[in-house]
Amino acid sequence: MNTTIVAQLQRQFQDYIISLYQQGFLDNQFSELRKLQDEGTPDFVSEVVSLFFDDCAKLINNMSKSLERPENVDFKQVDSGVHQLKGSSSSVGARMVKNVCISFKECCDVQNREGCLRCLQQVDYEYKMLKTKLQDLFKLEQQILQAGGTIPQVDIN
Amino acid sequence: MAEKLPKLAKANLTALVVDDNSVNQSIHHKLLDRLGIQNDIVCNGKEAVDAHSSGRNYDLILMDMDMPIMNGIQATKRLREMGISCKIAGVTTRADEEEKKEFMDAGLNDFQEKPLTISKLISILQNLELYIVKT
Repeated sequence: MNTTIVAQLQRQFQDYIISLYQQGFLDNQFSELRKLQDEGTPDFVSEVVSLFFDDCAKLINNMSKSLERPENVDFKQVDSGVHQLKGSSSSVGARMVKNVCISFKECCDVQNREGCLRCLQQVDYEYKMLKTKLQDLFKLEQQILQAGGTIPQVDIN
Repeated sequence: MAEKLPKLAKANLTALVVDDNSVNQSIHHKLLDRLGIQNDIVCNGKEAVDAHSSGRNYDLILMDMDMPIMNGIQATKRLREMGISCKIAGVTTRADEEEKKEFMDAGLNDFQEKPLTISKLISILQNLELYIVKT
């Protein structure tokens, strides 16, 4: 094990994950998820996050269909999708996605189709952005492990 | 990464996770697992009722509120009508007082807002006297 390389990678990991919290991509719930990961389930966080991104894609697609025709918008269906998305984003600590869902719900409540479309676009952007960021984070984790190191604990408080 | 957790005084607890969302199912399953609580997962209230009708029993049910086919309120009422007396904790993102009251009145023993964490689950177990003993 090259301890210098491991230390460099660990530092990179720490700086990167802290930046994700500071920029508002993640909140404390992501830390809670990381606490649950253990030797028996070393890929727990990446698996849950993967489920979340699959959820996002499916729900956004469904909501897009519901919002397609201006004369026939099923706001109940859209609201249900937003509720689901808000729930799962909250559960994984996807702060920006969750915040867009809050605005999205408000647009649903007043049946504002244009507002809903803007929020849909925003939530699509935010989840894809987070997906890229987390893929980079998990790559760093793998690099640390392959170099013989351990994933550092990161205190974000 | 995994932190040391307090031991359960009562061993061999079982739980049922009732939630239609796969992300929450995964997380709640893992939370219970980490505390040594064997658990099953179902996707809605009807499946929870069917599980009990088929003879399965649990010490604890973590019941989501919003689910298709049969929601948490309906499922809780139905389980109590069936004579199921185990502890049921409602877990939902809905924080509206009126909705919370309706859920509690259906027959819950406790209620926690999502997202669930280890400390919230421990709080549920302590509130429901399923006991946690700190090591």
